[in-house]
Amino acid sequence: MTDKKRIDIREVINQGLLAGLVALSLSVIGFISLLGEREMIAGIFTMGHVFLFAAPVGIASVLAEKIKHENTGKVLGFGFLIGVITALPLIVLIILATSFDIRQFLVNVSPELIHLLTFGQNLVVGSIMLVVITGILSLLAAGLRLLPEIWRRPITSGLAWTLLFGTFSEILLSRVRAFFGRGVAKLVFSGKALNPITALLILIIAAAIAYWNVTKRSKSEQKEVEVSPEKQQKSQRIRVVVGIISLLILPLLLGTYLSEVMNNVGIYVLMGLGLNIVVGFAGLLDLGYVAFFAIGAYVMGILTSEGHLGLGFTFWTALPFSVLASTLFGILLGIPVLRMRGDYLAIVTLGFGEIIRILALSDMLKQFIGGAQGVLQIPKPSIFGYDLTKPEALYYIILIGVLIAAFVSWRLRDSRLGRQWMALREDETVAEAMGINLVNTKLLAFATGAAFSGLAGAIFASKLTSIFPHSFNLIVSINVLSLIIVGGIGSLPGVVVGALILVGLPELLREFAEHRLLMYGALLIVMMLAKPEGFWPSETIKRELHAHKEFEAGSSD
Amino acid sequence: MLKRSFIIVGLLVIASMALAACGGPTFECEDPIGCVTYGADEPIRIASALVISGPNTDLGTDSQYGVEIAIDFKGEIMGHAIELQAEDDGCSAEGGQSAGQKIVSDPTIVAVVGTSCSGAGVPMSEVVSEAGYAMVSPSNTSPALTDPESAWNPGYLRTAHNDKVQGKAMADFAYNVLGVTSAAAIHDGDPYTEGLAAVFAASFEELGGTIVEFTAVNKGDTDMRPVLSAVAAAGPPELLYYPVFTAEGGFLTKQAKEVSGLEGTVLSAADGMISDAAIEAVGEAGEGMYFSGPDLSFSGGLYEDFIAKYEEKYGAKPISVFHAHAFDAANMIFACIEEVAMQDGDSIHIGRQALRTCLYATSGFEGITGELTCNEYGDCADPKISVSQLNGGAYERIWP
Amino acid sequence: MLRRLQDINVLDLVLWVFRAVIIIVVVWGTIATIIENPYPAVTWTETIIAGIAQGSLYALIAIGYTLVYGVLFMINFAHGEFFMSGIMTATIFLAQPMGESGFLDTYPFISILLITVVTVLVSVGIALLTERVAYRPLRKAPRLVPLITAIGASFFWQNFIRGLYGSEVKPFPQMAIMAGKVSIAGFPILKSHIVVIVATILMLIGLYVFVMKTKTGKSIRAVAENKDVAALMGIDVDRAVSTTFALGSAMAGIAGILYAFVFRQVHFYMGFIPGIKAFTAAVLGGIGSIPGAALGGLFLGMFESVGPGLFLEGLGIPAPHQLKDVIAFTMLVLILIFRPQGILGERLAEEKA
Repeated sequence: MTDKKRIDIREVINQGLLAGLVALSLSVIGFISLLGEREMIAGIFTMGHVFLFAAPVGIASVLAEKIKHENTGKVLGFGFLIGVITALPLIVLIILATSFDIRQFLVNVSPELIHLLTFGQNLVVGSIMLVVITGILSLLAAGLRLLPEIWRRPITSGLAWTLLFGTFSEILLSRVRAFFGRGVAKLVFSGKALNPITALLILIIAAAIAYWNVTKRSKSEQKEVEVSPEKQQKSQRIRVVVGIISLLILPLLLGTYLSEVMNNVGIYVLMGLGLNIVVGFAGLLDLGYVAFFAIGAYVMGILTSEGHLGLGFTFWTALPFSVLASTLFGILLGIPVLRMRGDYLAIVTLGFGEIIRILALSDMLKQFIGGAQGVLQIPKPSIFGYDLTKPEALYYIILIGVLIAAFVSWRLRDSRLGRQWMALREDETVAEAMGINLVNTKLLAFATGAAFSGLAGAIFASKLTSIFPHSFNLIVSINVLSLIIVGGIGSLPGVVVGALILVGLPELLREFAEHRLLMYGALLIVMMLAKPEGFWPSETIKRELHAHKEFEAGSSD
Repeated sequence: MLKRSFIIVGLLVIASMALAACGGPTFECEDPIGCVTYGADEPIRIASALVISGPNTDLGTDSQYGVEIAIDFKGEIMGHAIELQAEDDGCSAEGGQSAGQKIVSDPTIVAVVGTSCSGAGVPMSEVVSEAGYAMVSPSNTSPALTDPESAWNPGYLRTAHNDKVQGKAMADFAYNVLGVTSAAAIHDGDPYTEGLAAVFAASFEELGGTIVEFTAVNKGDTDMRPVLSAVAAAGPPELLYYPVFTAEGGFLTKQAKEVSGLEGTVLSAADGMISDAAIEAVGEAGEGMYFSGPDLSFSGGLYEDFIAKYEEKYGAKPISVFHAHAFDAANMIFACIEEVAMQDGDSIHIGRQALRTCLYATSGFEGITGELTCNEYGDCADPKISVSQLNGGAYERIWP
Repeated sequence: MLRRLQDINVLDLVLWVFRAVIIIVVVWGTIATIIENPYPAVTWTETIIAGIAQGSLYALIAIGYTLVYGVLFMINFAHGEFFMSGIMTATIFLAQPMGESGFLDTYPFISILLITVVTVLVSVGIALLTERVAYRPLRKAPRLVPLITAIGASFFWQNFIRGLYGSEVKPFPQMAIMAGKVSIAGFPILKSHIVVIVATILMLIGLYVFVMKTKTGKSIRAVAENKDVAALMGIDVDRAVSTTFALGSAMAGIAGILYAFVFRQVHFYMGFIPGIKAFTAAVLGGIGSIPGAALGGLFLGMFESVGPGLFLEGLGIPAPHQLKDVIAFTMLVLILIFRPQGILGERLAEEKA
């Protein structure tokens, strides 16, 4: 018994130090102090505080869950201890920063950071405050686990919603201002942050709803509701109709900036659908997918530009050429890699992507495609003489593109060709033995993928009205690949989910400014750890994955 | 379940707040493209759109620091504090467009300092101008941006030097002052460096000199010896001009000293390498090197105050040069806000067209980078390009 | 049109045309360059030595890629960041202060030793942490999943280091013992280049001995061969994988030091491009093969360095050095068309890749 307890204490210390290191790291890289300028609830706390306390609170909560069946005092005590230990590395940092000039090494250990960590007090008082506050917060987090669900859920849900609204308050502010005017906006928000009263309201309302949900669920749990297939079908149809209508009126609700974000998401969805065919369906790992995007964009740019490079086409007359050109390149670049597999394919396609970008940038081709100075003065698309300049209008062009691509993907997936692709993905040798023509199947995958990407590129060029080679670097390929895997490889809705998470979310979290890529990296890791099969895995893959596991239990590869 | 509670929470919050909506404007805005109004305790909001992520971070961060210091120095305008909304232009066209759309979706922003990169400036200038805002870029140098035939838009100004001015000045200095007759130029594929190198080469040849090699490296390259060897073999030139940024510039400078044949070649670069970080990066190898760009000692005490503040606030010496241009850009905007803002009780109103007109009419404005006077297409930089030489680890103005 | 492609011979024909075009351009360019003879001999030697030095760096980084690939079959995209993080830390905390105080030139060997220790510790620490957090839990997941976490780790570490030390270029002080050139066979060669080349050769020999002769090396090879059987034989797979990561990242860390000696400035972004290049080199040499990675690195360095001058200068193409990556990747495609498993890749190509 005593033995077990001692191990627990050690575990607590380890976990506390872990939390402390996370908080320390976030502090020294300037993350906390940057977000410390962004108030979440005006006058009460900032986003910096949220991230500072996130690690101890989270870890205390997880640990409390593990030991909550033991006695209450122990849970609370350990929670408090974690908080206290977390504060120790931070106090070391505070002492170091106030007594030495460690800023010549670590540029972000600024006076603002120390100010934030010590709550504006002096060294001693500030450190004590830090210990006490982290301790109490962790204690509360641990204590929350002890409450019965009927209390715990409303509290967590209320806090979560408040934090969520606080995080996205900038976006909310712009929407509230657009719909209700500046007067209301000023009442609800103080500056960019939530007003304390608003925050309290959100907390109470969210908690009340959660409470209501919990009580209702506990009642309804007894009677398992059987839904008839007809009813299911009907409700699905209703959902589709509602979905289409909301897609159509979305820009009106979102306003300029969010429509712009949706447009960027849409362009990535378009590319993701294409890459999904190449990687998800046919299993050909392509890291140079941006090449076709670039070709689509450059063909559109050169054909329509009103500058000295342009040929005077309109968006609509140039569009088929863009798509055709990238499709042709898809086949052309597909031929040399037909015999390559796996990672060899990956690096060669990566090379193709880089080759296309460098050629676009080069002095060699400058007189034709603009070199480093890019192609300027590309007109926006117009319909019946009406220029689609606003993001809200462009949204519909992108939406149509996405719907077409999604429809084509969907039909292809269930076609003969789609099944050939999947056979190819599973095992090339077997597929060939089954009589599948590898050359045709692979080239068709490359061509279809390239066509979608070309379409995306064409829209991208006319959306931006200017294109530069730097827009077509490796990061784009990496982003597209990440989004289809995060969404769930081979899954069509997964592409949309992935794009929303990896393209949309970073746009909304612009507060993170220079730390956006750091967050992006962390997000990729966390999401993959949490959901290795993706957020919306395709049915086939899910089934295959499980079958695979049963069949080859323990085999590693 | 989650969705439903989201909708309900949202609706309830909005509804409860909508009840409290009251009051209406008494002021009539007569500006053709609208006004911005700031109430009693509302800060005046300006935005920045600079590159603060990715490999070019130091360029944009440095400029953003310039804006922040300008705000600190200014304190407040007509009793209103100044607040900065910092956005990232990503140094790319798509980044510039997104940042632009974000800014123009916020009606409380009055003007923008940005962008860092010309590539981001092109779409942003369009978005911002169309929405009636004004932007002043601290570091766009592409001639296209202020060329009405090309990418110019009516809300666009800049305090950075147009490549046409700087490239020509450098050629003039090289040919007429240093007396060199053969030169080579290297760029790194960035629109800024490519434009500057091209203008330099053309102007130098126009003056009667020969360009023995006009070549390029890639951003991110480290081993410059092959390209430098090729330059040496082609001439070797008397002068080598590489208007690139600190990273590539550091490699080029250090390795140029080690390549056979370039021992006697004079090295020169542009304002992308005028910074303390660049002095450190070139080290000993950079002694005696020439730099075209603004003359920062021109403003006397102001710049020293600025540097002191910079070091205190950010714990480092300036990491690039365009903080000075950004500081001037922000101050130009402040001066015009002061000029056109109309006091109305506790609130102020700023006409957007009036602000634009005022910015375009800027003349003889004393900034760190010189005396700023805007032309009709928004080129505001002091036309006097100076050339400095690196002597004993410090820039020293030697021309004009 | 597509139906005609069904005939496999047509495909072969197309591939032959592809190869022929590349080879003709290369040969034509080379002959044109030789006839035109734009460079004196010293230019060629300098370019070649620079290519070998650059190639050595690629080789050292590529070995880490290949080792990890050998045991886990995953593309460790974050490897370039292991290369960067060690030397960045050592530069900030050791090299710069020591350079200012003069310690660096008074006690050069102690300094190098200290810098090496710190660099390797940091690189290895970050590699092990990444492996533990981002890769190990996903060892049984589909193959693309760890690729994505590796990409995530790459972004994360890059920006983490940027946050720690700032975004500007950090100069690495010049060491007196490495300044200047020595004359070998009448050709002046930079001392730092010699250091890089010699160090790389020593490291390669050391690694080879380690992997082939020691018990730990054997366990790594066993795990690379078959994890399950290795586990049955009583080999601790996790430990072997960690050792592999430590080994690879130590090589990358040392590559970082050599990089700093030659180029004398470091930056948070310095790992990304060499990382991609090293990946290319590993594939070029045949991924999974240690000598292959070394050879691939060397080839790649040479293509980048000598290629533009040799193949393109004679064709009158403006700014040929801008196109060095085009050359490098085109040669990669060419080599892989001839040998789809890379120069020395044998074992893995068919069954695993």
